Amino acid sequence: MSPLLEVRGLNVDLPLAAGVLHAVREVSFSLEKGETLSLVGESGCGKSMTALAMMDLLPPGAVRRAERLTFEDRDLAKAAESKMAALRGARMAMIFQEPMTSLDPCYTIGNQLEEALLVHRRVSRREARNRAVFLLEKVGITAASSRLKQYPHQLSGGLRQRVMIAMGLMCGPAMIIADEPTTALDVTIQAQILALLASVQKEFEMGMILITHDLGVVARVADRLAVMYCGMVVETGTVKEVFERPLHPYTRGLMDCIPVPGKSLKGRKLGSIPGMVPTPIGELTGCPFRNRCSRARGECAGSGIGLKELSPGRAYRCLLSPQDCLAGRV
Amino acid sequence: MEAEKVREGGFEIGLGLEVVFPTPGQIMQRRMLAHKGFLIGGVVFILVVLMALFAAQISPHDPYRQDLAQRMIPPIWQAEGTWNHPLGTDSLGRDYLSRLFYGCRISLLIGFTCMLIALVIGTVLGLTAGYFGGKVDLAVSFLITVRLALPAVLVAIAVVALIGGSMKVVIIVLGCLIWDRFAVVLRSSTQQIRSMDYVSAAKAAGCSVPWIMIREIMPNLLNNLVVVATLEIGRAILLEAALSFLGMGVMPPTPSWGLMISEGKEFMLFDPYLITIPGVALFILVLGMNLLGDGLRDVTAPEGRT
Amino acid sequence: MLTYAFKRIALAVLVAVTVSMVSFMLIRMSGDPAIALAGENASPKEVEFVRQQYGFDRPLVIQYLEWAQRTLKGDLGESPYFKQPVRDIIKTRIGVTMTLGLAALCFAVVLSIPLGVLAAVRPNTWLDRLALSISVMGQAMPSFWFGLIMIIVFGVMLRWLPISGSETPAHFVMPTIALGYYAAPAFMRLTRSGMLEVLASDHIRTARAKGLRWGRILFKHALRNAIIPVVSLAAVQLGFMLGGSIVIESVFALHGIGYLAWVSIGRSDLPVVQAIVLLLSLIYVLLTFLSDLLNAFLDPRIRVK
Repeated sequence: MSPLLEVRGLNVDLPLAAGVLHAVREVSFSLEKGETLSLVGESGCGKSMTALAMMDLLPPGAVRRAERLTFEDRDLAKAAESKMAALRGARMAMIFQEPMTSLDPCYTIGNQLEEALLVHRRVSRREARNRAVFLLEKVGITAASSRLKQYPHQLSGGLRQRVMIAMGLMCGPAMIIADEPTTALDVTIQAQILALLASVQKEFEMGMILITHDLGVVARVADRLAVMYCGMVVETGTVKEVFERPLHPYTRGLMDCIPVPGKSLKGRKLGSIPGMVPTPIGELTGCPFRNRCSRARGECAGSGIGLKELSPGRAYRCLLSPQDCLAGRV
Repeated sequence: MEAEKVREGGFEIGLGLEVVFPTPGQIMQRRMLAHKGFLIGGVVFILVVLMALFAAQISPHDPYRQDLAQRMIPPIWQAEGTWNHPLGTDSLGRDYLSRLFYGCRISLLIGFTCMLIALVIGTVLGLTAGYFGGKVDLAVSFLITVRLALPAVLVAIAVVALIGGSMKVVIIVLGCLIWDRFAVVLRSSTQQIRSMDYVSAAKAAGCSVPWIMIREIMPNLLNNLVVVATLEIGRAILLEAALSFLGMGVMPPTPSWGLMISEGKEFMLFDPYLITIPGVALFILVLGMNLLGDGLRDVTAPEGRT
Repeated sequence: MLTYAFKRIALAVLVAVTVSMVSFMLIRMSGDPAIALAGENASPKEVEFVRQQYGFDRPLVIQYLEWAQRTLKGDLGESPYFKQPVRDIIKTRIGVTMTLGLAALCFAVVLSIPLGVLAAVRPNTWLDRLALSISVMGQAMPSFWFGLIMIIVFGVMLRWLPISGSETPAHFVMPTIALGYYAAPAFMRLTRSGMLEVLASDHIRTARAKGLRWGRILFKHALRNAIIPVVSLAAVQLGFMLGGSIVIESVFALHGIGYLAWVSIGRSDLPVVQAIVLLLSLIYVLLTFLSDLLNAFLDPRIRVK
């Protein structure tokens, strides 16, 4: 059974005045139907660009190259804009980070929800409205039919994000990409939205790609994760595997930064990773993490440090052996 | 990997790479030289200023001297043209090229002084409105609305008709009418800056109000002011041309380009050069000023580019 | 919303009153209207007679109050030149000016909005640069000169259009272009910048993610948002155009109120001039009021609580 989404060797380049910005470098992963894959990393690591690359929503001027990019056995790498437009919203949906500005202020919620369905299916306005009401209730919005007549500015951030989720589901897509869906929301709302995402995913049997920088979110919702650094994937695996035995020094550093309730920190400093992320502009050889890694050696500057696969889906990008990795901090 | 250390300022970020920053002055200089509009506008402006300053030296004839034996000679590119009068002569035999050069003086003089008067009035109003807010702001906004509601050209014509046309009258009347853009821009700029942190800091340190206005706010407003000023010079020049064209501006025989068009109007069907030459001159000068003003805006604040 | 409207109307009236006061004072103080009316060759006795007959010898404030009182009743006075009520004189001529103004506005809008949209959709291309160049050049041309050139080319050389008068629609073509082109650059730049801003906004990205095609995105979502400030500008620009029609009307001999004001000034027909200034400023104020209303109406964030 082929995976829902397969990505191999994805590259996204942005030509700038100062040089070429390699936002995404040789990224590969796959997504099965019904599973949640999380792309994790700090700001600027290329996770959002990866998501946009799949929907072909990259900023103008960006160049996308991929060895393989298939979705539901359709080749997306060379798909024309009209074909992509037919897929967007209908088979693959995306939810963004800023609910406050993601809806058109000049049209009602109902209008924008119905539009999501009407552009893809020949259904009557009434049917579209019914589906909108159905989905609004599914995402936990009460008095759904009266909400349809409201404008975005009349709703709170949490409500707007629920509307965005409902809008993504209007056509019953097979895959949903959520780009930091809770980052802009209050902490109390975050948990609700995450639980909502998990439940609709289960109910509608969709594949979900969850992009976040928050490992707590990953632990709660994801099945598998891919850690990204400086545009490259540095570690993949199931949540259990990676959290219990993180291999790559960057992943280990991230885990080290999180205070664990119960574990005594008395006398110990909270972990941090020294140094700065190298610039993504220009060519990069060798491991991008080596200037911050306590275990870096001469060979780390060499080329061709590929992903070492320990078992299907479990891989990491480092010259050290797994035992040596685990012998370090954390 | 060795990075070129080109200018001062920068830091090391690992992997042997270094990021260096140019100074703000260098950035501005680079932008200025790259901006075609700014360069063209600047060149035009300088050329016109030179023509105005040295009009006496470069004019082949006295612009006021009439010579009825030499009237209505067409410019050099037409059949009967002569190099004695490269741009021809008008209905009273006055050399057009010389009138063109002296017209530079008139246009620039009027444009500049009108702009200065408008600048003073508008800046004072705008600054006080933006800084003090509240009732002062309401009063000034009201004044601005009144000024905008007045049909400016009409009122200018009426006043000039009653007092009598002359350069002085035109300058004062126009200057007192076109301060609105200065006031509006200065008001909004002051409002923006007033709410910024460093003004609060100055206040907290006990600086008095005029001190704050002069030392903290003015330098940042100068950008906007210069941009508006260049654009308003163009506007003043066009307004004076319109007034003179209607006979309500400077009086003949002053070589105002607008007046030249008006005088040439009755002959324009057979000798269109009488109106095309001063018209093109006006167009080029105002175009240059506008390009300069737009260029200044782009160069000093490219984020605000419209 | 209603209190807002009332406040704006009150402000509008206040502005109109102030404008009438300012123009009254300016005109009365600029020179001796009695001399202007009596003529250059009048004897001092004749001038004195005129002064007393028209009440120019009384204090300025009293003159103004009397004028204001009469005006509120709808009596705009009588024209010493036409020997008719000013109201009638204006009524016959205002149609021409309003037609010209509206036509010029339509011309400017129809020309500049598509250009602005195109420039925003293809920023920094030759199309964009062309649009910006046209707009910069448009604002540098003196409108009266442009009108004269058009007369020479289209009226005389090509004989396509009539060059003076206002009988047929064809008579309005050149004056409309001459009056309207000056406002077009402002609309174009506003449309372009508005569209650029909206196209970069998050809700356009959402629309794309929903699978909408570019045509629908541009017109339903982008333009709808970007057009709001343009509509407000349109109302205000109409006011400016009506006020500035005096130059175009005199070039093309269109007998509107601009032309009327122009010849009345020449004849020192002060009641007419006074009335026209008041009328134009009232129209302007009403238009700004309308522009605010349109703004509020088009933006649901203002219209709905």
